[in-house]
Amino acid sequence: MKNKRNNLWIGFGISLLATLIIGTISPVWSKGRIIKIDGSSTVYPIVEAVAEEFQKAKRGAVKVTVGISGTGGGFKKFYRGETDLSNASRPISKKEMESCKEGGIEYIELPIAYDGLAVMVNPKNNWVTSMTVGELKKIWEPAAERVITKWNQVNPAWPDVPLKLYGPGVDSGTFDYFTEAIVGKARSSRGDFTASEDDNVLVQGIATDRGALGFFGYAYYAENIDKLKLVGIDGGRGSILPSEKTVMDGTYSPLSRPIFIYVSKKSADRPEVKEFIDFFLTNASKLIKQVKYIPLPDRAYKLAEERFTRRVTGTMFGGESKVGMKIEDLLKLEEKK
Amino acid sequence: MPMDNDKNIQEIRKKIALNKLRDHLFWIIGLLSTLIGFVLLFTLIIDLLIDGFPRLGWQFFTSYPSRFPEKAGILSAWVGTTLVMIVTAAAAVPLGIAAGIYLEEYGKKNWLTNLIEINMNNLAGVPSIIYGLLALGLFVYYLKFGESILTGGLTLGLLILPMVVIATRESIRAIPNSIREASYALGATKWQTVKDHILPYSFGGILTGMIIGLSRAIGETAPIITIGALTFIAFLPSSPVTSEFPFFSFKWLLDPFTVMPIQMFNWISRPQTAFHINAAAAGIVLLLLTLLMNGFAVYLRYRFRKRIKW
Repeated sequence: MKNKRNNLWIGFGISLLATLIIGTISPVWSKGRIIKIDGSSTVYPIVEAVAEEFQKAKRGAVKVTVGISGTGGGFKKFYRGETDLSNASRPISKKEMESCKEGGIEYIELPIAYDGLAVMVNPKNNWVTSMTVGELKKIWEPAAERVITKWNQVNPAWPDVPLKLYGPGVDSGTFDYFTEAIVGKARSSRGDFTASEDDNVLVQGIATDRGALGFFGYAYYAENIDKLKLVGIDGGRGSILPSEKTVMDGTYSPLSRPIFIYVSKKSADRPEVKEFIDFFLTNASKLIKQVKYIPLPDRAYKLAEERFTRRVTGTMFGGESKVGMKIEDLLKLEEKK
Repeated sequence: MPMDNDKNIQEIRKKIALNKLRDHLFWIIGLLSTLIGFVLLFTLIIDLLIDGFPRLGWQFFTSYPSRFPEKAGILSAWVGTTLVMIVTAAAAVPLGIAAGIYLEEYGKKNWLTNLIEINMNNLAGVPSIIYGLLALGLFVYYLKFGESILTGGLTLGLLILPMVVIATRESIRAIPNSIREASYALGATKWQTVKDHILPYSFGGILTGMIIGLSRAIGETAPIITIGALTFIAFLPSSPVTSEFPFFSFKWLLDPFTVMPIQMFNWISRPQTAFHINAAAAGIVLLLLTLLMNGFAVYLRYRFRKRIKW
């Protein structure tokens, strides 16, 4: 009994001591060789794949963490100097550029892939195979809120069925881009739609509601082909369905966009970060196809590699998304630098 | 008058029958209410088991997360959960017990202790995300611990601290005053009384409170996501045991981590159904852990209660 009581006190003392130690240690320990990445959930699957393969190739000598805070949230950590790389599903914004400047963070902008935004309806929807940008605008613009609630209000040829809208959350780069491409102004949209950061919620919503219409990244559609019906987009040159080919050659317009990683210049000087970027750009094409995104042409990766080696800092976009960017335009922008 | 009497008896019988009916009715309502809770929990467990059970295996526990669902596992998640729980316990238990003892044995009944008491009870009911926000400001930005095991553990420690305090106080209160008086009568000081009598007698209850607190902390997702630990982690923190002197290291405290509920959250938000199966399997592991911990708490309470004879 006495012994047990003593054990009890020893245990109590040890835990008290542990608390004290934990309280007093300062975070001066070297962080080791950890590459910290955060940002967009759209870019996440690509970077996760690269991180997985890279860590395997390095046999654990370098650790890579990939977070999901959204494009904006990722940049917030990036300009505070907390992360080495930031994933972004849109170019860096003016405000974020300023914050980076204030924080003394210089960055190298590397386009890594293309993502098409897919517009989808329920498979039982037999009246729509294609929509014009004008029709989409009529549905999504702020003035449509609580006014456009039925399909036949958009196009008289469509039936009198309630229109239910689904889209990604307003903090996502996908939402920013869609509104800019369709409505004409980033973040300007009607508010009465089901918004979710979790694309599965959107898939479920569209798959169970006959009058549903929604949009999200093409890669997510590619995993749920049997539950959704893809809508062709008519941007003025006939109806085009998103596919690897139409996104890559820029004919799926205006709903295809480049996605990026931003590398902090300070971090880029660390050998493990340099190795990671080299590994990324060399294996990008193969890994990006695996996770159902659309890779850039090989030439673009060479140009990106060059851009990285020469440490070209700053953005090619001047703080704005360029809607309907074709791959050629992007390359020209690259070459000008 | 016999007529009147008959009528009276009939009325009383009617009343009794009605009351009996009401009694039965309530019995049925009570049973149904109990069953609903039980059936819901049961369906959930069965659903998880059907989805996830085939996925459970050695490989699942020894693999890192991966983009291929069949290769993915929960190695970094369960190691992370274990380490975070150690920090949580180390932070919350000594503080909670000390605070509980003070409030029960030392603190005078005045407005200050009253205020602390009211606050303690309120804190136990604060939504966990609030603790996440506090931790983000305090641990991540102010103390610059980053998104580390230390931050995660301390955050969850704060979360369960009120529970530990309340459990400590309740089990101390259950000790009859005669024990204290007997101890004082023999000339023991307050500290000796606490050390040799109060604490050992209440330790079962304190442990139970601690384990129930930990089994709540183990499933918490919101505060962990708030501190920014929603990450792909395919490595383990540095080892607490090293080959060189002094043979242990606290470096792991500042390493990035992931925990089981975060890993589940990540898998659930994937498009492929194979990942949802992984999430279900991780859910089974988490559920088993919680059940085990609660079971252990029940056992401890039973054992300590049996040992006490006064």
